[in-house]
Amino acid sequence: MHVGVAVFPGANCDRDVGWALAGCLGWRVTFLWHRDATLPRKLDALILPGGFSYGDYLRCGAIASSAPLLGAVADFAATGGPVLGICNGFQVLTEAGLLPGGLIRNRGLHFVCRDQGLQVESCCSPWLRHFAPGDALTLPIAHGEGCYHIDPPGLRQLEDHDQVALRYLDNPNGSVGHIAGVSNKAGNVLGLMPHPERACDQATGGTDGQALFRGLARWMGFS
Amino acid sequence: MPHFHATVRVGLRPSVLDPAGEAVCAAAQRLGHGAIQSIRIGKAIEIQLDAPDAATARQQLESLSAQLLANPVMETWSLELHNREA
Repeated sequence: MHVGVAVFPGANCDRDVGWALAGCLGWRVTFLWHRDATLPRKLDALILPGGFSYGDYLRCGAIASSAPLLGAVADFAATGGPVLGICNGFQVLTEAGLLPGGLIRNRGLHFVCRDQGLQVESCCSPWLRHFAPGDALTLPIAHGEGCYHIDPPGLRQLEDHDQVALRYLDNPNGSVGHIAGVSNKAGNVLGLMPHPERACDQATGGTDGQALFRGLARWMGFS
Repeated sequence: MPHFHATVRVGLRPSVLDPAGEAVCAAAQRLGHGAIQSIRIGKAIEIQLDAPDAATARQQLESLSAQLLANPVMETWSLELHNREA
């Protein structure tokens, strides 16, 4: 697997994602600078990491969503390429219109940093092919603005199209429908508030995140 | 080219919970401002720009507001074009 990892000023999980994929899974990782408008050829997947891109000025992910790299990400997604946005990366994908809804301040106002129980709702995304609906997993969360918001008609549409990927078992932030992750209609673009890259090594508290990445690799024909 | 000054006000949609506003409202009531019923927090963005006329300035600012300054999923915005200087 050859994966591109976006690098935005202020993002702080790009190296973690690189370490998890290269160090734990042996994947080839290429870092992609936010000002680049084109991608290297033959990337198998793209990841937008967590952090505080452009200081999260204006809104989380708002400025990153207009970075030159996002045009290339949108093109990659439009051709069915697997794209994963983690935490701030999820916020960037909603701001860019590649995923529905948006993320606002946690209901309790606290920055929440803990291991989070989750339930897989839909496996239509290739990122979740390792799992079956109803499976439980634990991934770390760390965010102040992870409250997923979408209006009632939008929520119905999400449910109707099987786009709710993960739900919180114990809603930490007030997200509508306990939603922790959503995909686009095609399923190839997935956004998650939890951090799978922080759960790729037993030494850092779990390997449920590895299952997510391995599931994608298997689905794409890599062992 | 004429110079314009504008304020774009961005706020959460009425249907969207504003926990920061609620916290400030609770603090206000604690301070004895019992008449305060509700507080919603938004932001005011001050913009200076040059444009050939007010209509063009307004058009540019409306486009910017819809495209970048506000996210229609959870926010609304309004524009005030304040003054024009020679």
